[in-house]
Amino acid sequence: MLEVRNLTKRFGGLLAVNNVSFHLKTGEVVGLLGPNGSGKSTVMNLISGALMRSAGEVRVDGQRIDGEPAHRIARRGVARTFQLVRLAPSLSLRENVLLSVAFGPEPLWGADAVRRADAALDRVGLGGMGDRRVPDLNYIDQKRLELARAIATRPRLLLLDEWMAGLNPTELKTAIDLIASVRDGGTTILLVEHIMEAVRALCPRCIVMQAGVRIADGPTAEVLADPQVIDAYLGGAAHV
Amino acid sequence: MKNALIPVGLCLLLLALAALPLVAGAYLQGVLVGVMSAVVLASAWALFSGPTKYISLATVAFFGLGAYTVAVLADHVPFGLILIVAGAVGLAVALVVGLATLRLAGVYFVIFSFGLAELVRQLITWAETTLNKTLGRYIFIDIDARGIYWLLLALAVATLALRWWIERSRLGLAVHAIGDDETVARHAGINVTAVKLALFAISAVIITLAGAIQAPRWTYVEPSIVFNPTISFITLIMALLGGATRLWGPVFGAVPLFFFFEWLSVKVPDQFSVILGLAFILIVFLVPNGVLDLAQSALRRLGLPARGKEAPHA
Repeated sequence: MLEVRNLTKRFGGLLAVNNVSFHLKTGEVVGLLGPNGSGKSTVMNLISGALMRSAGEVRVDGQRIDGEPAHRIARRGVARTFQLVRLAPSLSLRENVLLSVAFGPEPLWGADAVRRADAALDRVGLGGMGDRRVPDLNYIDQKRLELARAIATRPRLLLLDEWMAGLNPTELKTAIDLIASVRDGGTTILLVEHIMEAVRALCPRCIVMQAGVRIADGPTAEVLADPQVIDAYLGGAAHV
Repeated sequence: MKNALIPVGLCLLLLALAALPLVAGAYLQGVLVGVMSAVVLASAWALFSGPTKYISLATVAFFGLGAYTVAVLADHVPFGLILIVAGAVGLAVALVVGLATLRLAGVYFVIFSFGLAELVRQLITWAETTLNKTLGRYIFIDIDARGIYWLLLALAVATLALRWWIERSRLGLAVHAIGDDETVARHAGINVTAVKLALFAISAVIITLAGAIQAPRWTYVEPSIVFNPTISFITLIMALLGGATRLWGPVFGAVPLFFFFEWLSVKVPDQFSVILGLAFILIVFLVPNGVLDLAQSALRRLGLPARGKEAPHA
């Protein structure tokens, strides 16, 4: 479904992503792990079109999307959330979701669009709050709203960049169930996440990056037991 | 009940405004032209700069282009046709300039737009002195102040109607999102460059037409008159005073400020620019969101029912 081949991104002299390749099957939920600065978010940004690749290819359902502007990639059914929540603060919650409904893969407008937006708000636990404004929301609800905007279009591929960071245990449980329900709706999901509980619950498979290079790719339990991964990723966190 | 009253009230207001010059003397007709021009310019400026937050100082570039198109064609072509040509010139320049610059963000766009106005002025000065061998031009077109006022009134109605329609369409949603966060807009599937370009072009065409319609009033034009940067600043301050993101904001800013500036230029012509600058600073500091916003929050504080912020989308 998603094919990333020899993806490379250079920022001046820095190789942020170095020749990374992987492949996601339809309906799969895959965790993209690695220490801070390993290039995970850059990979997400390259797939969504927020950044332009230096070399390599990205394909969605066989069609090349690398080199396309972000809005066209979004219209192909690739939705995302951002590491630091990004919303349109001058718009109401409903209008924030309407954005992707009105301009996404199957654009809708009018009563149908409002219904779709309200349903998405409902789904993330913001039901009945459509007329509220973004500045009225706490951090968790802002994250919920961002997810509502991403899933309202029923995307084929969903990119979640540390969407579960900062949740308390109860909220985390709800969040995991929510992501699972999106997966059950047929959406393929690639998620960058530091919360291992969520990774174990959601991702049967993980890809691990270090210093821009893919160092492991396989079943989560095996990958997490890989000495190279422990050294790179968990080793870095061991003294916390 | 209320919904039926608003269109009826607007129609009556329009009729009254259209009838005004019939009872007004020559001086008052001139004032009416000035007010209506201010309303058109501030509303057209806000059409692009309000929601996108791209502060443009290029107003006078398009305004002057409109006036110059009239000056060049006045002796050769009927006025109606000149207006169409002027609109096309404004559109062409806006598209070229827009494509080149709408990627600039924030202060860079402000500086560029100011530079553009100067560039156009210098280019026309150069062209006139080298090709035409004189700087000024005379415009003799048979249209009186009343005719100009009616044309401007029609343009004002068209501008407000357009803004009303955009605000309710998905284009309006897109522009507000762009003003908030272009990355969010892009990842929702919005072609950000196309939307900004479209709005910039619509705004520029209206401003060009406003300059063209008024050109016959001056009789004599030269670059320093029609490309006077003060026009850009006054337009901006009028839109800001009323509230650039609201439909009626620029109108509520343009009308009082027009009379204030008229009064100033009669009472203290020598200190006009100083007071203009002070007014600018005061407005930015005291009413950053415009007087309509101020009035609405005051009403809310008194516990009175205030109408919601701009009608909701969809």
